[in-house]
Amino acid sequence: MIPDLGKYAVPVLASYGVSLLLIAGLVWASLRRSARVRRALDEVEGRRKTDV
Amino acid sequence: MNLNTLWAYANPKKFIETTDRVLPAVAWLAALLLVAGLVWGFFFTPDDFRQGSTVKIIYLHVPSALMAINAWLMMLVTSLVWIVRRHHVSALAARAAAPVGMVMTLIALATGALWGQPMWGTWWAWDPRLTSFLILFLFYLGYIALWEAIENDDTAADLTSILCLVGSVFALLSRYAVNFWNQGLHQGASLSLDKKENVADVFWHPLLVSIAGFVLLFVALVLMRTRTEIRARRMRALLARERMQA
Repeated sequence: MIPDLGKYAVPVLASYGVSLLLIAGLVWASLRRSARVRRALDEVEGRRKTDV
Repeated sequence: MNLNTLWAYANPKKFIETTDRVLPAVAWLAALLLVAGLVWGFFFTPDDFRQGSTVKIIYLHVPSALMAINAWLMMLVTSLVWIVRRHHVSALAARAAAPVGMVMTLIALATGALWGQPMWGTWWAWDPRLTSFLILFLFYLGYIALWEAIENDDTAADLTSILCLVGSVFALLSRYAVNFWNQGLHQGASLSLDKKENVADVFWHPLLVSIAGFVLLFVALVLMRTRTEIRARRMRALLARERMQA
């Protein structure tokens, strides 16, 4: 399935590997921080409502 | 859309409401175009007669380099809006875009080195474009560090906006360095409005799809991260109020 990359297989595959890894890491970190902040804000707002 | 309609999105609540509707569509379209462009480019394009299979790196290198520069230019615009209009969402959008731009710059530098080694015989050269790109990467790091280092959000937004203005020189230099200084290893732009200067159609079409994927990925990530920054800012404000009341 993988095309014949000849003598340049290493740089081509490494480029795709590094790039996809960096993009996946960025997406994962963004989603994780989004969920964490959302949860923390809900908690603070919930506490505020209870106090009122 | 007139300018007054645009300013409505400076309201954090309105921004979150609108992006609630828009973000899923943008994210799915980004994933679709990114996968389509990369699969097309990797599996279904021929080797170049000079560069062999290394030409497949173009589908990562060119879009990421393009976004590295344009992310900074987007940050410049939103920073200027903050300086002039003091809209918090604008400053937070610039903050949200910085890590995305930094990763794009890192991808461009890494794929450039991996492409350069077999083609130029070296991983790195102190060529005008490469050097200005490295400086742009350092500016991204400095910008992110400055936001983290300052506790007061408004002061951080002021100082990072100034840093963004200074860094814009390097964002523009990384785009035009090849034209300014006719030296170094890096060739001119692969993309042009002049069809004769573009790469051959067989590489050009998947490259366009890949670029569209990277642009939408950037938009989706910036929208999502801006929402996070808006919520984080609100949380800091509520916590500060709690501390004052205690």
